[in-house]
Amino acid sequence: MWQGLTLGQYWPGHSFLHRLDPRTKILAVGLLIVALFGTRSLTGYGLVALLLFWSTFLARLPIAKLWRGLRPILILVLVTALINIFTLPGEVWTRMGPLTITREGVEMAILLSLRLVLLVWATTLMTLTTAPLQLTDGLETLFAFLKKVRVPVHEMALMMAIALRFIPTLFEEADRIQKAQMSRGADFESGSLPQRVKALLPLLVPLFVSSFRRAEELALAMEARAYTGGKGRTRYRRLRWTVRDTLSLALVLLVGAGAFALKAVGF
Amino acid sequence: MARPWLALSSSNPVPFIAVEGLHHSFGDVQALSGLDLTIQHGAFVAIVGGNGSGKSTLARCLNGLLLPQQGSVTVAGLSTSDPAALPEIRRRLGLVFQNPDNQIVAPVVEDDVAFGMENLGVPYETMRERVPWALEVVGLEGMEERAPSTLSGGQKQRLAIAGILAMEPQGIILDEATSMIDPQGRREVLSLIQKLRRERSMTVIWITHHMEEALLADEVVVLHQGTIVAQGKPARVLARPDLERWNLVPPPGVLLARALREEGVVVPEDVVTVEGLVDALCPSN
Repeated sequence: MWQGLTLGQYWPGHSFLHRLDPRTKILAVGLLIVALFGTRSLTGYGLVALLLFWSTFLARLPIAKLWRGLRPILILVLVTALINIFTLPGEVWTRMGPLTITREGVEMAILLSLRLVLLVWATTLMTLTTAPLQLTDGLETLFAFLKKVRVPVHEMALMMAIALRFIPTLFEEADRIQKAQMSRGADFESGSLPQRVKALLPLLVPLFVSSFRRAEELALAMEARAYTGGKGRTRYRRLRWTVRDTLSLALVLLVGAGAFALKAVGF
Repeated sequence: MARPWLALSSSNPVPFIAVEGLHHSFGDVQALSGLDLTIQHGAFVAIVGGNGSGKSTLARCLNGLLLPQQGSVTVAGLSTSDPAALPEIRRRLGLVFQNPDNQIVAPVVEDDVAFGMENLGVPYETMRERVPWALEVVGLEGMEERAPSTLSGGQKQRLAIAGILAMEPQGIILDEATSMIDPQGRREVLSLIQKLRRERSMTVIWITHHMEEALLADEVVVLHQGTIVAQGKPARVLARPDLERWNLVPPPGVLLARALREEGVVVPEDVVTVEGLVDALCPSN
């Protein structure tokens, strides 16, 4: 039951995209999100798609991996598209019984589907080519300025890292508890949905209890290793910003600006 | 200003750990009541005792995770009651816990080794040198990028020890560190500890309820109801006929020696291992 759920989707490698600074990738995704939401032009989206195609090529990922990232959102894309096709008022193309299809509806459906797909494509590329710990490091460094207004940036990054550390452990434990309950006659696999959800209770309660115990012990262990918070800490991982990063970010910026410009001139 | 007494004190060195009149209770439960203990630099001390004898409480008092409610704990001349000294105390005296999983913080092996050093503010270049070094000492080289969840119990405990070694401690406390891992892992940890004693003359405080492990130490301390009830050479202490009174099971060699004596065989008093018995009874062997 828990085997399929491995953590993160990171695909180790040494491609150009892998070697980029995590900050570059986070910022690039941010820029692309702004471009995708700020412009509603098909040509602009085409420009973004072109960039993503190229990046995917550069990342040397197996296409199946990328597809696995995109697959979960397809239903969402389909539903949004259908709702838009049939509900938007405008120039009527055809009627199908009580439903009408309008030109505006079709256009909007295409735009929104593209936006969603491109968005998830970009973030999947980032998570596939960036180790989880690098991602938390990148986020911590990027948002370090928020420490001035007392946002616990270091603590949040540490929380993310600890979560990454313990997710496999908790899955293992869930598996063990499940087997223990099954050996005592618990049935997790048959019955209606509410029944199955209810059957999970004897699994979740011990899992929660043991998680609290783990948390307590981990806190002690951290203290025993002289952890006193983020102040005065040095870092084992150093992020390195290179020309490559500057150029890549400039390119993404250019694409984003291009999308806005295309929209402004009415494409 | 000349301070002649300084020279005097160096000829009479301060013990690594000095515990005096230590009391600690959790609510109504008295965990430690008036405990005195001195551990010299480079000693290998086993602390044994039944459940609830105060072993873990003592371990946590030694590096300042718990603070003395009465009495004092001094590590390398630093008092655990002084909050400013705690990071330094924890650097000098590492603590390995019982559960191998719940003491590993980072999702990647090498980052976990660095965790303690990061907390101490060790410079980047030094960390980059010490992490591979520590992993090599514990025999985990080549596993730098593994996820800790993919390691065996023994490997996880060795990883925990690597994280402590990287902080360059003088001593290490192992709080039942082998009780949750398989025999193979236990052997790995034990031989690593002996290597650290041999090569780095590290002070080792080995908390256990395995009397056979306690036999390896230079000195055994028996805790019962929060006080020290016996202390001395393992062969002496563990051969005592009243060991069971403190909820301890004597090591197999001692049990065998007792059984033999009941049968009328003359067995030397200080023999505590099965191998020792064989040697004593069959000198030609």
